[in-house]
Amino acid sequence: MGILNLIKISLTALARNKGRSFLTMLGIIIGIASVIVMVSLGQSSTQSVRSELSSMGSNMIMIMPSHERRGGVDVGSGNSLNKKDLKLLKENTKYVQYISPSVSTGAQLVFGANNHSGSLQGVSADYLEIRKYAIASGIMFTEEQLKSNAKVCVIGQTVVDALFTNREDPIGQTIRCGRVPMKVVGVLESKGQNQMGQDQDDIVLAPYTTVMTRFSGNKNRDNFNMIFVSAPSEAESEMAATEITYLLRNSHNIKNPDDDDFDIRTQEELLSAMSNVMQLLTYLLTAIAAISLIVGGIGIMNIMYVTVTERTKEIGLRMAIGAKRKDVMLQFLSESVILSLLGGIIGIIIGVILAFVVSSALHWPPAISQAAIGASFLVCVATGVFFGWYPARKAANMDPITALRYE
Amino acid sequence: MEQEEIIQIRDLHREFLVGSETVHALNGVSFSIRRGEFVSIMGTSGSGKSTLLNILGCLDKPSSGEYIINGTSVNSLNRNQLSTLRNRQIGFVFQNYNLLARTSAIDNVQLPLMYNSEISAKERKERAIAALEAVKLTGRMNHLPNQLSGGQQQRVAIARAIVNDPVIILADEATGNLDTRTSYEIMTLFQELHSKGKTIAFVTHEPDIATFTTRTIKLRDGQIVLDEMNNQCSAAEALAEYEKNMKHTMI
Ligand SMILES: Nc1ncnc2c1ncn2[C@@H]1O[C@H](COP(=O)(O)OP(=O)(O)OP(=O)(O)O)[C@@H](O)[C@H]1O
Ligand SMILES: [Mg+2]
Repeated sequence: MGILNLIKISLTALARNKGRSFLTMLGIIIGIASVIVMVSLGQSSTQSVRSELSSMGSNMIMIMPSHERRGGVDVGSGNSLNKKDLKLLKENTKYVQYISPSVSTGAQLVFGANNHSGSLQGVSADYLEIRKYAIASGIMFTEEQLKSNAKVCVIGQTVVDALFTNREDPIGQTIRCGRVPMKVVGVLESKGQNQMGQDQDDIVLAPYTTVMTRFSGNKNRDNFNMIFVSAPSEAESEMAATEITYLLRNSHNIKNPDDDDFDIRTQEELLSAMSNVMQLLTYLLTAIAAISLIVGGIGIMNIMYVTVTERTKEIGLRMAIGAKRKDVMLQFLSESVILSLLGGIIGIIIGVILAFVVSSALHWPPAISQAAIGASFLVCVATGVFFGWYPARKAANMDPITALRYE
Repeated sequence: MEQEEIIQIRDLHREFLVGSETVHALNGVSFSIRRGEFVSIMGTSGSGKSTLLNILGCLDKPSSGEYIINGTSVNSLNRNQLSTLRNRQIGFVFQNYNLLARTSAIDNVQLPLMYNSEISAKERKERAIAALEAVKLTGRMNHLPNQLSGGQQQRVAIARAIVNDPVIILADEATGNLDTRTSYEIMTLFQELHSKGKTIAFVTHEPDIATFTTRTIKLRDGQIVLDEMNNQCSAAEALAEYEKNMKHTMI
């Protein structure tokens, strides 16, 4: 019997019991849909993290003070990064291209009658290069302004929208940050939200010297919250990190790495940590999906046994008029394969839609895993063959006379 | 010219083991059927008629003895070869029709040809239509079995039995489920097929049905007790007679 006829016969047989066929497929549908959703979401989240990190600068390195330890004993939160370290790193590193300290403080921003509570970040001009910010209008504050603790700032689009509600040109205006009047010299190009949903345009950048001296809210006038560094390339960021570690340990007199009073984070580490978590999650969920596929497969096996028994007479007749064992076997195998394949196709469609909906709700780039779809097809065929095998063999091994006499 | 013998069986035995007892369903049966014969096989219940027919139809193998159909010795064939032989040389008609449910008449008739890869879809259809014409069911090609009367269903089954142009048609109590009138109609049809040259072996336990055949073989306890030629009666005439009588009783 030709393959087309086989498919036709199987489809007719399945259509006779639509409800039963659908319920049988449900296990497969759920299994495949969850595989597609999991793998696709895993991919789109990884993609989104990756694009996030590269928009932040994939060669960026963050140096943070860690809890200070003396002989393994925690002696309080870190104030370990200061101007001395900045100077040290500026002068002695080979793989550091840009470097900017960061001190930040919360501040109430006021312009005219408008209020906005934001945060003021003290940085150096390099900060723009490191974080991949660009100036939309005006200029970045200069080295001279930095040296003279000038009361100037560069603001993000969200701050512009909040303060300059009458569409005034912000450049040259003076806003108040808390009690300190600051002159706006530049506006940043909008960057939108980041991975965690934070608004990257809600930002006020000022010379770190200004923030450290004029804002008493900053608890320690000599220490940075962080130092941002960028290597010339992603490949060199590891080297830069090694170099910085060496210099800082030397200058902080640290013999044992466990006593480090600073933390260095490269983007690569962050990325691999995130993708490790994603990977683990994907494995876990894929395992769950695999279990539901097995359950679905057992459902198919069960229903195929029922079908074979119900159609004993038909099997007897087909054998009497010339069906070979192989023909009968193929007939029922094709039925179970079509059952699971159809379930798989429905599952793929549902999975793709679901993955699309979820990823767009989370503002992730939609990623449909073609590999997962391809694998789903194969898995469905394999499930159909595997779980349909025994029922089909039972049918093929029937004795035609006994089968014909079956009531 | 002497007609060739298309069925030859010699000293056929068929034993069934039921528990520790051996049932001799066939106990040394020998006969031949020539091309163009219309043979009825009679006997009481349990005499071995169905067992014999199953062996003739290559659904079952004898415990001992020889069976040659159309020059082929069946004993040496394996399961697949037997399937092919059934598919090409034999047409079955069953007591309970055995049509595929929810499958149109024409698809039911085509079924044997589906297992013959040498026949194209087009030829399959043509032959199915021709077979349905032969049983006078052209108008019911797309009807489902549950939309047909018992007699019509049996006609579809007969069309299915002749669609592969078999060497012999084997019918087991083909009129067993039908009333007298419909039985006569079916027998009329069988006689027509016979007159066109078909060879038929027909199991029945009704003597009047047997009179429509050309030869009767009678079994008892798995042995032939009688094998004689009949004066074949016309089923069409019997049908006309029957209807006339029915009219009288109605009045
Ligand atoms: N599969 C089997 N297993 C055991 N015994 C069997 C089997 N098939 C038939 N028999 C026995 O063989 C004998 C002949 O049976 P068979 O079915 O050929 O009778 P029959 O002439 O067709 O009867 P009926 O007119 O009732 O159909 C019976 O005694 C029956 O019990
Ligand atoms: Mg019988």
